[in-house]
Amino acid sequence: MIHHRLWLLLLPCFGLLIVPLYNFHDPVLFGFPFFYWYQFAWVPVTAFLTWIAYRSYPDDE
Amino acid sequence: MTSEIDFTELGVFLFFFALVTIMGFVAAKWRRPKTLARLDEWGLGGRQFGTWITWFLVGGDFYTAYTVIAVPALVYSVGAYGFFALPYTIIVYPFVFAVMPKLWRVAKDDGSITAADVVRSRYGSRALESAVAVTGVVATMPYIALQLIGMTAAIAALGIHGDLPLIGAFVILALYTYSSGLRAPALIAFVKDAMIYVAVIAAVALIPGKLGGYAAVFDAADQAFKAKGSGGILLAPNQVVAYATLALGSALAAFMYPHTLTGVFASRSGHTIRKNAVLLPAYTLMLGLLALLGYMAHAAHLKPANNNDVVPDLFQALFPNWFAGFAFAAIAIGALVPAAVMSIGSANLFTRNFWKAYVNPAIDPAGEATVAKITSLVVKLGALLVILYLPTQFALDLQLLGGLWILQTLPAVVFGLFTRWFTAPALLAGWAVGLCGGTYLAWSDGLRPLHALTFGSVSFTAYVGIIALIANIVVAAAVNLAVASPHRVEGAEV
Repeated sequence: MIHHRLWLLLLPCFGLLIVPLYNFHDPVLFGFPFFYWYQFAWVPVTAFLTWIAYRSYPDDE
Repeated sequence: MTSEIDFTELGVFLFFFALVTIMGFVAAKWRRPKTLARLDEWGLGGRQFGTWITWFLVGGDFYTAYTVIAVPALVYSVGAYGFFALPYTIIVYPFVFAVMPKLWRVAKDDGSITAADVVRSRYGSRALESAVAVTGVVATMPYIALQLIGMTAAIAALGIHGDLPLIGAFVILALYTYSSGLRAPALIAFVKDAMIYVAVIAAVALIPGKLGGYAAVFDAADQAFKAKGSGGILLAPNQVVAYATLALGSALAAFMYPHTLTGVFASRSGHTIRKNAVLLPAYTLMLGLLALLGYMAHAAHLKPANNNDVVPDLFQALFPNWFAGFAFAAIAIGALVPAAVMSIGSANLFTRNFWKAYVNPAIDPAGEATVAKITSLVVKLGALLVILYLPTQFALDLQLLGGLWILQTLPAVVFGLFTRWFTAPALLAGWAVGLCGGTYLAWSDGLRPLHALTFGSVSFTAYVGIIALIANIVVAAAVNLAVASPHRVEGAEV
């Protein structure tokens, strides 16, 4: 039985749906208020977590 | 907005439009099958699209022309709240990763072409199949109409007015979709997506430089919202729950639509879909950056006549004509890919779950393809007539309700992939309650997507679609328990 790492995919859901975690202005990064760069940062992080989960599945092609 | 026609701009626009038109017709010969006279060839491209084609096709059909126009327009008018498109298009991919490969496998194994096919083969219920199919078609029609709004905004930005260019573009689209099927949008998507990427990257790289940097852009937007007395670059406390529920509801609904599911079913394997869940967030990054154009419009002190003019006006004001023409072509072509896939997805539903189910059960594969091709023409004609003859607001309201409706098919389509516990009557009851209850709530609030809820001393506003989905699932579970038969076979999970 291969251990699928699907649970990793819950992290972006928690990180983005619990809005009070990030609904503020500071710290600012490259001119972007925290609200914006925090959410942008989840794009590559989610892709990375999904990639780890992806590698736990066999290639069925 | 200038209304004079610039010929450089128009020339660039026409060049790219002509290019994709030719590609649309040539697509019938691309990865040539033995025959296009089968529905899984015409309507699913032969179920053989690999990672790259799927990436361009799903990206091209999920991030539509309307998105490109409407997301920056919403951010321009309300600020942070309009940014829910970003969390929405991030968390949609974990959902795709976990659910869609299973759905693909089930569809492949029993020859399903639509979500309603999958539901019928799983539950053996014509009623549930019809519910899913009708919801899909009805939710998609206004979505096609919105693509026309996106295209109209791009054509108007060229200084060309009147309905003829729109009609012309749509007739061309209808003809090559008819002859090439899903292969046409799949091939055009390469050009469309590349053009949108170039336009957006140029915009986010160059425009802030002209406006004093991102910090200045955010400041200008903040000032503008304060001056206006509404909106803001952060969420107001009463918008927090609305933001999260809109993101979640939109993410769950996104891949229930016939056009996105068509992209899923057309891929070669579950592996291809999982790989795409890793790669598709690249489009999300682009969408998030694009949303910022709404703030850049504030920094550039634009006063668009209509919020939908934010993006065209910004390109017009800050870029040379040839590049503006390129960007407008990108938006107009961006409308063609989703409009084609949406009409194909709807045509597949009509053919498989209405025509074959009720009119001609003995139809052969060639007959199916013919019915679907004609249906795709009718669907596009319907969308065109809606835009030409009914108020734009009608399409916008229907699109809002469409999102709420399509979300109510999720339990029927998805739950069966993971459990055998739910029965068809229970899911049908849940669907009906979610659909009617949600529509009633939205209607009683004046067709707004948010509904105020109060529990004791706590009150908040939430997305109606999520409220309806919860009611849907609770009713389905309750009916299931009420009619539960001790003899029901507990089948194994797929």
